[in-house]
Amino acid sequence: MRGRIRFIGWFFTSLTGLSCLLIVVAVSIILGNIVHHGWDRLTWEFVSAEPRMGMTEGGIWPAIFGTIALVLLMTLAVVPLGVAAAVYLHEYAPQGSRLVHVVRLALQNLAGVPAIVFGLFGLGFFVQFAGGGIDRVFFSGSLVVGQPCILWASLTLAVLTLPTVVVATEEALRAVPRTYREAAYALGATKWQMIRRVVLPQSIGGILTGAILAVSRGAGEVAPILFTGAAYYLPYLPKRLNDQFMELGYHVYVLTTQAPDVEATKPILYSTVLVLLLVTFGLNFFAVLLRSRIRRRLRTT
Amino acid sequence: MDPHVSELLRRGERRWGERAIEVAIHSSAFIVVAALVLIFVFVAKEAVPMVTSPEVHEEVTIRSMVEPLPNGKFSWQPVSNVPKYSLLPLLVGTLKVTFVALFIALPIAIGAAVFTSEFAPQWAREFIKPVVELLAGIPSVVIGFFAIMVLATWVQDATGCIVRLNAITAGIGLSLAVIPIVYTVAEDALSAVPQAFRDGSRALGANPWQTAWGVVLPAAKPGVFAACVLGFGRAIGETMIVLMSSGNAATTSIDPRESLRTFSATIAAELGEVVHGSPHYHVLFFLGVVLFAVTFVSNLAGHWYVNRLRGKLRGRPASPKPVVAEARP
Repeated sequence: MRGRIRFIGWFFTSLTGLSCLLIVVAVSIILGNIVHHGWDRLTWEFVSAEPRMGMTEGGIWPAIFGTIALVLLMTLAVVPLGVAAAVYLHEYAPQGSRLVHVVRLALQNLAGVPAIVFGLFGLGFFVQFAGGGIDRVFFSGSLVVGQPCILWASLTLAVLTLPTVVVATEEALRAVPRTYREAAYALGATKWQMIRRVVLPQSIGGILTGAILAVSRGAGEVAPILFTGAAYYLPYLPKRLNDQFMELGYHVYVLTTQAPDVEATKPILYSTVLVLLLVTFGLNFFAVLLRSRIRRRLRTT
Repeated sequence: MDPHVSELLRRGERRWGERAIEVAIHSSAFIVVAALVLIFVFVAKEAVPMVTSPEVHEEVTIRSMVEPLPNGKFSWQPVSNVPKYSLLPLLVGTLKVTFVALFIALPIAIGAAVFTSEFAPQWAREFIKPVVELLAGIPSVVIGFFAIMVLATWVQDATGCIVRLNAITAGIGLSLAVIPIVYTVAEDALSAVPQAFRDGSRALGANPWQTAWGVVLPAAKPGVFAACVLGFGRAIGETMIVLMSSGNAATTSIDPRESLRTFSATIAAELGEVVHGSPHYHVLFFLGVVLFAVTFVSNLAGHWYVNRLRGKLRGRPASPKPVVAEARP
């Protein structure tokens, strides 16, 4: 009897260990496969040249440029808004009030809205309502910003990544010791002076973490930009806010599903995926490092 | 001017500047709530003609989407001469692939969470968590790419399916996106169970597995359930993986070896080519509303369960009248 109980315990414990192992194996297979197939073509020419010969030759520079421009615009929108919302939640809002509850609930649900619904929202709200409205009022109905373009795509991604920034910033605000705030007040600082001069500089690491995580997320999302501005091929780089753009993730999607000759584009495709992974993982890695430093401080205070 | 007065004036200015900033900060919180409301409003706005517009009704009504077609079948062919919009194939496809994904992801993710919080040595814990974060950080388009390029061949070799892109391939791909969220929420819940529960169980002679199965898991049940619900929400809404690896054929077959088409993939595949303002356009936004509603409800339910777990572990009595108080003379 005792032997059986011990065996059952051992058996199920190993099963849980096995599921951990399975996750590790799955991740290594995916990454290993992509690195293995994508490494050879990953040259300077590949990341700096234009695509040639119907995307079977040349590089992916326009897609990289588009991705960078897209996430930069997104960061400009999401970081100020997300930080302000986090400052409100942690510094201004009366804790436990109904409004705080509603804002938190909205954030949680925002994080769970499917990416494709963000795409519909971007098309309906930004492109047609905001863009179309601006065109009607300022450009007497001619098509200027009432079309899918990099501005609307980046704003759509900004809404998508808003919860990421708020959560990371709030964590950083929480890590600032109360004594710092009290010291600032004791020296006669007003609330905003205290936040600006003491709390925000102290939590810059967390704000950065949030921004980087948001960029990493935004760089990988394809569904929200399908109808808000991404293009399969453009002979020029986006220069104005109402230009369309090429993007790495979208490039992968289109090449995978719509290329006439999959075998011919396969090497390029693998290298493109590798670049996309390097971008998102590089950023993620950096953010995790920063965050672990903040968490360590949080434990010591 | 008297220096005292000018100093006072400057302070007054500063207070005005401060006021403006505080208003901006307050309104940012409002924007967060407004964003969620606007998402619903602007997706629903384009779906409203499904109910109100007679022009749309000539081609499709909500009722005609649910009822069988004149030939007694259900089919989704929005661009044929006589457009057919039956929801059933999409519903079957969505549920089929979600079921396969959850069938794979839930045991693995919850098992891994139990291992991490109950049995793993410190070094293993510090290894597995970043690996799961890594998995969560892989863009879904990359998982979709991997599924169509590599996984599909393996699945076909292993099962001998005739259809290359089927629910098994898409389900495995989808499970890779579901595992991180289920793992994270479940692991949080299990770690939140106080150490005293485990100590008590071990002191009564239970072994680690009995403790985990009989004490820790039941204590963390609302959190583990929340993990499943949130995983379901993620699986239903995921787009790129199923769009790339499911074959996108709208069939009513529940056989996992057949290909399928989900709500999300339908929107992604068709909205690009649809005529703005056509019945088809409004139908796609209607699908968006359905997706939004389903994920919204499952998210609310998930977070409700997480909060309940927190309350439970904090020792708040489940019923308004604590049993202990009644037992006292």
